Amino acid sequence: MKGMSTIVKTIANIGFPIITIYGLYVIAHGHLTPGGGFQGGAIVASGLALLAVAHGTSWVESKVKEHDLSMLESLGALGFIGLAFLGLLMGGAFFSNFLVDTSMLFGAIPVDGAANINTGGTLPLMNFAVGLKVIAGLFAIVLVMAIATNKEED
Amino acid sequence: MIANIPYLTVAGLIIIGLYTLLFKKNLIKMVIGITILQSGVNLFLITLGYRMGSVAPIFTGNADNPVMSYPVPQALTLTSIVIGVAVLALMLSLVIHIYRHHGSLHVSKLGGDDQ
Amino acid sequence: MNIVDMLLTHAPALTIAIPLLGAFLTPLISRVSEKGRNIFAIIIVGITALFVFLMASEILANGPMTYVFGSTAATVQQSTVIRILFEVDALSIFMAIIGIILSFVAVVYSYAFMEKNTGLDKYYTLLLLMTTGMLGMMLTGDMFNFFVFLEITSIASAALVAFWTNKAKAVEAGFKYIVISTIGALFVLFAIALLYGQYDALNMAKIAQSLGISGFTFIDKIALVLFIAALAMKGGLAPMHMWLPDAYGQAPASISLLLIGATQASLYGLFRIVFTVYGEVISLPAISIGWILVLLGLITMLIGVIMAIIQTDFKRLIGYGAVAELGYMALAVGTGLTIVANADPNITLQTAPFAMKAITGGLFHVINDALDIGLLFLVAGAVYYATKETSLNKLGGLARNMKYTTIFFIIGLLAVSGLPPFNGFASKLLIYESTYQLNPILSIVAILSSILLLAIFVKVLHSVFLGPALPKYETVREVPKSMLLAMAVIAGIIIVFGLFPQVIVTNLVEPAANALVNNSGYLQWLTGGF
Repeated sequence: MKGMSTIVKTIANIGFPIITIYGLYVIAHGHLTPGGGFQGGAIVASGLALLAVAHGTSWVESKVKEHDLSMLESLGALGFIGLAFLGLLMGGAFFSNFLVDTSMLFGAIPVDGAANINTGGTLPLMNFAVGLKVIAGLFAIVLVMAIATNKEED
Repeated sequence: MIANIPYLTVAGLIIIGLYTLLFKKNLIKMVIGITILQSGVNLFLITLGYRMGSVAPIFTGNADNPVMSYPVPQALTLTSIVIGVAVLALMLSLVIHIYRHHGSLHVSKLGGDDQ
Repeated sequence: MNIVDMLLTHAPALTIAIPLLGAFLTPLISRVSEKGRNIFAIIIVGITALFVFLMASEILANGPMTYVFGSTAATVQQSTVIRILFEVDALSIFMAIIGIILSFVAVVYSYAFMEKNTGLDKYYTLLLLMTTGMLGMMLTGDMFNFFVFLEITSIASAALVAFWTNKAKAVEAGFKYIVISTIGALFVLFAIALLYGQYDALNMAKIAQSLGISGFTFIDKIALVLFIAALAMKGGLAPMHMWLPDAYGQAPASISLLLIGATQASLYGLFRIVFTVYGEVISLPAISIGWILVLLGLITMLIGVIMAIIQTDFKRLIGYGAVAELGYMALAVGTGLTIVANADPNITLQTAPFAMKAITGGLFHVINDALDIGLLFLVAGAVYYATKETSLNKLGGLARNMKYTTIFFIIGLLAVSGLPPFNGFASKLLIYESTYQLNPILSIVAILSSILLLAIFVKVLHSVFLGPALPKYETVREVPKSMLLAMAVIAGIIIVFGLFPQVIVTNLVEPAANALVNNSGYLQWLTGGF
């Protein structure tokens, strides 16, 4: 897939940071508002897909390797499973929310009616892990498919 | 009557999905059929959790405890959508490979020898 | 709490968690060392196997185990079950033992069999994911969780069926498999949603209890039909079997082995839902569900053997053999179900003791089928590895160069056609004896299929291993030792099971059969045991 015209590239360049910030916001507030790791990750990945469409896949390929993306995806999954294992070691059950009601990060108990991001225990951390996995995974899928269909056209 | 419209839509979506799968010969259309079928099932799940006049089940910001819809079916639907994305990606990549081998997406062109 | 107790408490979760962790560590280890990754996968499955056997010893001694995810506290509040539960009883653990044996043999076999392929980090990731999904389906006590694991298994196995993407037929088989699996899984989800809408519960035990209170409503019947149709399709029962020979035939041999486990996990789901979830009300319907399963089993056996006769591809032929074998399980368990699910109060398990025998035979056949058909697939894979050929018309005279493989094939052939002293005989005899008492025609068809299976596989033995030496296979050598080891493990288990079937039946299969017909043990924790 070749890159598109300058207008498209410029608009994509302007749009991409906004989309990314919005996606990261959805990931970070996953325990408070609708959304979470998957939804936010899908938004960020769609921003990346926008870049790939505007600039062409060969440009993206020169910046990112599919290999590194799958490595990131594995890291996200490992973070998720690792948190679950930590729950086993520290909370007494697999997936247990060992951070809640402690003085550590995200440990506070929410007050009724108040939106406090410093709550949720392991949930925000798991959202981050899932978000990383979804960003890397979905972008890798888009990239691989774009490259694969490219070869047909050549 | 108005409360039944989601269920009628569910039935419609599932029937359209099955029809597409049974009668369309193009692989991409079959994939679309599965997606429609999946939307029907997801809509059914999400409809189960709705209560008349309810708001989204967000804990913070709703201090005066209005009626909330059930969150569990929403979580189930979300899981189902995530799985659907994975299935869709796998099916499309297989379709790409099939197209490479046969140069066609029509079902009747399939099943030949290798290469 | 000492370390063994702690491991035992967490064993149901760790059985799923360890292969999942291994799956995502595989790409990272693959960067360091290719060989290390292969050994790592073997170690991961080995550790999982240890946990499964640890659980087995506990469950067979002390009854079902439950594990609550995310909390150590009680999960029943105001008669609502919260959190995801794993509930492992004798039947679950029996299936899990089969699954883990298949997985272990597959991963050992892959070490040499897949050596020359590229993209093996994805292969091992998917293989471990498939093991996770399979074990998850067998251990879970939550309906929606069952659906999720069903989908994990389907996605991983469809990707593995199409692993050799340079073969057009493999990709087509993978596509067919994922389409069929997804439709099946979506209808399972629809049925789960129907039950959830009625009883506001996803826990299997809770749904079973609520069903018992509410009676058998019309919506429950719709859900039951959807469950049976979808899971029978995933379980490869005729007339929904057409994906199975394709998928089994085109997948790499180690994956064919694991696919047997995945198929049986679906059958397990079918039995679990009919016997346990619907256990309280299954005797109410006028038309017995049991007869439907019996009929499906009969058709499956006949179609399987008849289609196997005309096949010319080695692995596809074994695939149809596998279809026929699946029919025996449906037939036997269906025979038991006709008695369990009977509205007539005079016909019970006590007045018709053959029902229990049929279920025992059917479940014993589950493990025997996994081993026998699995061994044949491994032999077919070994032949493919040595000659790069699967067509029966082109192969011949391989016994001269591949002595051990030939011996393993003969063991598999005798076991699969139910000849003494191998394990297939032990379970098939139970099935013949018990189905005869329901209706003599059933056991006649079952025996006829066995004879045909023997004829088919003797033909294969003759055309592949016997006969004159072909010049183009003069340089063929015996396959590497790790593949022989994998086959020897299965052949060893087959012979042990064949020589001492009573030990296995009393210690492993009968507890599983009892767990299947008495759902009170499964529901016990709800009423205060937990």
